[in-house]
Amino acid sequence: MAKLLSVLLSAVLVNNFVLSKFMGICPFLGVSKKTDSALGMGGAVIFVMTMAAAVTFPVYNFILVPLQLDYLRTIVFILIIAMFVQLVELILKRFLPALGKSLGIYLPLITTNCAVLGVTILNADSYADSFLLSIVNALGGGIGFALALIIFSGVRERMEEADIPDFFKGLPATLVAASILSLAFSGFSGVVEGLFPGV
Amino acid sequence: MKKKWQILTNGIIKENPTLVLLLGMCPTLAITTGVISALGMGLATTFVLVGSNTVISLLRKFVQKTVRIPAYIVVIAGFVTMVEMLMKSYLPSLYGALGIYLPLIVVNCIILGRAELFASQNTVGDSALDGLGMGAGFTLALCLIAAVREFFGTGCIAEIAITEEWMPGMTFFILPAGGFFTLGMIIAIVRYITEKRNRDPQKNCREREEEFCESCPNRAICQNEKEG
Repeated sequence: MAKLLSVLLSAVLVNNFVLSKFMGICPFLGVSKKTDSALGMGGAVIFVMTMAAAVTFPVYNFILVPLQLDYLRTIVFILIIAMFVQLVELILKRFLPALGKSLGIYLPLITTNCAVLGVTILNADSYADSFLLSIVNALGGGIGFALALIIFSGVRERMEEADIPDFFKGLPATLVAASILSLAFSGFSGVVEGLFPGV
Repeated sequence: MKKKWQILTNGIIKENPTLVLLLGMCPTLAITTGVISALGMGLATTFVLVGSNTVISLLRKFVQKTVRIPAYIVVIAGFVTMVEMLMKSYLPSLYGALGIYLPLIVVNCIILGRAELFASQNTVGDSALDGLGMGAGFTLALCLIAAVREFFGTGCIAEIAITEEWMPGMTFFILPAGGFFTLGMIIAIVRYITEKRNRDPQKNCREREEEFCESCPNRAICQNEKEG
């Protein structure tokens, strides 16, 4: 249990996918202008990351590794993610049209979100022996992404009114703000080791 | 001949993928803590870009429009796997330094963006040249960012000591936060220089951002945000 919690906290706070691993920067910068869309995107990413980890784990450990085809994992994982995202889109459209409508525009982009492919490859590297840890790591990564996105959308809503030099407007100012947020998150380093010594 | 030269240099300066088109931010921020890993990443991406642009251009008449994105992704992932295997056996230390970011070249927006915007509409030779130019532009931008971060962060450039002995490095620059900061500053400087040349700065900046939105996979969301 302590191990699960430490993996979860470490993925959410210490090794935050966006702010310390730089995965999923494009949606982080593109979809953080309003808190509403940040919430939508965050929810979609949590869901797809967790499910992608759940789907790729058996494929990697029970098909690719026994057949010694593990070098094909990049191709296989990206195809699984692409297929999975399409499937989710179809299912949502058919059975939960309201949710499908609000998440619909975010889903196609998630295919090219590095955080989703990143978490499946990280799981294959580090947590190949435990299904539960893989899922928890992906869930934590998704929550960390959503957390960073939502906090940052609050920062950006305020930046709209700031008086910024012309050539700093848009992306440069956003990046500098992201830098300050990332510095705040780097204050979490060591927290997990302190809370769960020896795990 | 002049046209070929233009295709090649287009990616290096006018449409530099990192500093002007603002694509492929993830590897740009992650592996620019040192010039050597930045160079390795740049060259690996260039190889994938040239290969995937060539193959996608060859296939452009056979691939159906509806399945083009999955088809492109398979081609790109194939080349990335080749780079992974080659680097693992010939350059194991660089392979270790790039780590997870090497397989993540698959989802680098630059590669899919060029496949969609250029390779699917142009001849094989032009597409290969475009890949080479874009790759060179990406590599140069990565090396520039990495040189700034490595110099301020450790006092070295490409692991050669410059000010290391008499000036301690500022760790901030090699932290993730320093990556965001340095990239923001460099993009601002590039804009300052290019806008000084153009008379109407504000309009240019806006226009440029919208024009290049086309090459970004996030454009659907961004546009939706602007309208809504």
